Amino acid sequence: MNAILQVKNVTKRYGGLTANNDISFDVAPQEILSVIGPNGAGKSTLFKQIAGFVTPTTGEVIYKGTKISGLPPHKVARLGVVRTFQETTIFKSMTVRENVIVSHHLRSKASLLGFFFGSSQAKADEAEFGKSADDIIDFLGLQAIRDEMASNLPQGHLRALGMAIGLATHPEIILLDEPFAGMNHDETMRMVALVRRLRDERGLTVLLVEHDMPAVMKISDRIVCINFGEKIAEGTPAEIQANPRVIEAYLGSEDAAIGM
Amino acid sequence: MTDQTQAAPVAESRVLSTPRLLGIGVFLLVVFVLVPVFISLSGRWDFYYTLTSVALLSVAAAGVWLTFYIGRINIGQGAYALMGGYVSAVLMTQYGVSFWLTLPLAGIFCAVVSVGIGLPILRLRGVYFAMVTLVLTEVARLTALALPITNGAKGITSIPLPGELSIFGLTIIPDFATLANPKLAFYLMAALLMVLTYLVLWRIVNSRLGHLCRSLQQNEELSASIGVNTAMLRVLAYAISSFFGGLAGAIFVAISQSIYPSSFVVQDSVNFMLYCFLGGLGYVFGPMLGTLLLYFGWDLLSIAKQYQLLIYSGALIALMLILPNGVLSLLDKKGGSK
Repeated sequence: MNAILQVKNVTKRYGGLTANNDISFDVAPQEILSVIGPNGAGKSTLFKQIAGFVTPTTGEVIYKGTKISGLPPHKVARLGVVRTFQETTIFKSMTVRENVIVSHHLRSKASLLGFFFGSSQAKADEAEFGKSADDIIDFLGLQAIRDEMASNLPQGHLRALGMAIGLATHPEIILLDEPFAGMNHDETMRMVALVRRLRDERGLTVLLVEHDMPAVMKISDRIVCINFGEKIAEGTPAEIQANPRVIEAYLGSEDAAIGM
Repeated sequence: MTDQTQAAPVAESRVLSTPRLLGIGVFLLVVFVLVPVFISLSGRWDFYYTLTSVALLSVAAAGVWLTFYIGRINIGQGAYALMGGYVSAVLMTQYGVSFWLTLPLAGIFCAVVSVGIGLPILRLRGVYFAMVTLVLTEVARLTALALPITNGAKGITSIPLPGELSIFGLTIIPDFATLANPKLAFYLMAALLMVLTYLVLWRIVNSRLGHLCRSLQQNEELSASIGVNTAMLRVLAYAISSFFGGLAGAIFVAISQSIYPSSFVVQDSVNFMLYCFLGGLGYVFGPMLGTLLLYFGWDLLSIAKQYQLLIYSGALIALMLILPNGVLSLLDKKGGSK
């Protein structure tokens, strides 16, 4: 497998607490890979390390042959690895379109001084961002709320907007943190279809952290299962469902069933 | 009579929303023609001093507003105003540099210093950043007391009036000492700088730089993950803010012809913040209006003698309760503008 992203022996300790212990796996280009595990297993910590928000204590994350662990988030984003957030994190007092436009920042060619004086490059950038933002809004089916204030949006739209913000940076790998959380069955199925389209139509590699097992089983090419900070299994959905250690991890906790 | 000068800029801002050019035209007319005419007709020459102060304070307040715009509560602008004032004073008295040159130099000096100070402290958020900036003003005052070059508590006095500014022998600004009415000259200078400051601020806010600042204000983590160099942008905004602070300090020196460690104290820093709050944090021209209302209002209330502070603070509390988003939020009901 020619991996686009490699997680190599990543360990993260907070004082005496080991959030991630020696986790390794590879991600293939245009793969949809899910990281699952009970609450507090260390999934989000792992994501933060990939996106540059947290530096691993030991181990490293390699993207296209370059080490990205330890780089600040804006540099990791610049390379093409972008994270959306667990909480529906958006710019609240901007409209949907403004949210998406401002998120095109990475692609601007004009300097800040150029923007200040309104250079022709800056104007070209702005025009391009506007067009690209409209494309993304259309792609995600958000036309109806284009000029709506983000703070007025319902949950489902917020989630889509978070994804639009991620897409605006034109990433190669997008990290989705619990994209299905708090959604009903229909909404989940729509989101599953949308994530598929990210891969099929936009050629993205998708990493996601998720609790919703039916959705994970449906959407993933492969699954990595983490428990108590350690990787306990890796494989196709069918392999994971049959894995005794995964079943034990889930049956061991009371509220999360593996849902098959 | 006094109502006229006070109300004029409010009306101006309202026009600004739709026919923007007309609004700017009216504003410039009021500032540069109507106010001087009004003052010479009414004979209230003391208004020149008040309005000059309003102009220079609103330059410093513009800087504070910009730090608010990136989501930081800045109660340390007095430090930079003091610093800028001393830079200008020292350069003029000890090195014989022309005032007109010390003006930008004071701003640049403050901007450079603020990068050094800002790099560590801008990592703090909310009340923690506010507390550190509050201390800055006191640090600046004590530094001015201790350093030999600032002449300690005696301060620097007998600073010359701004001299002639000429390019290739062509006099652009005459020597202030030769003018029949230096008060008017100071007023025009401060007002011009105020207009330029707000022009720059308006341009920043309405360019991509402003959009990025807003993204920073609303969500720093998300801002970083869409590729914004948040640390750099914060320091940049703070440096611009401090530049304005230094500029205001230098103008102050030119007007008062003296500077002491107590020229800008914590109270001034708090006032700059209040001007922004009262004017409206969401509006570029908020700090300008806030400065005018508060400073001018305080001055006018002196007729109330011992009740001055009572009425003033009562009005402040009432304003915050009724218009928590600032006086300019009144415009929002009419479609509003930025």
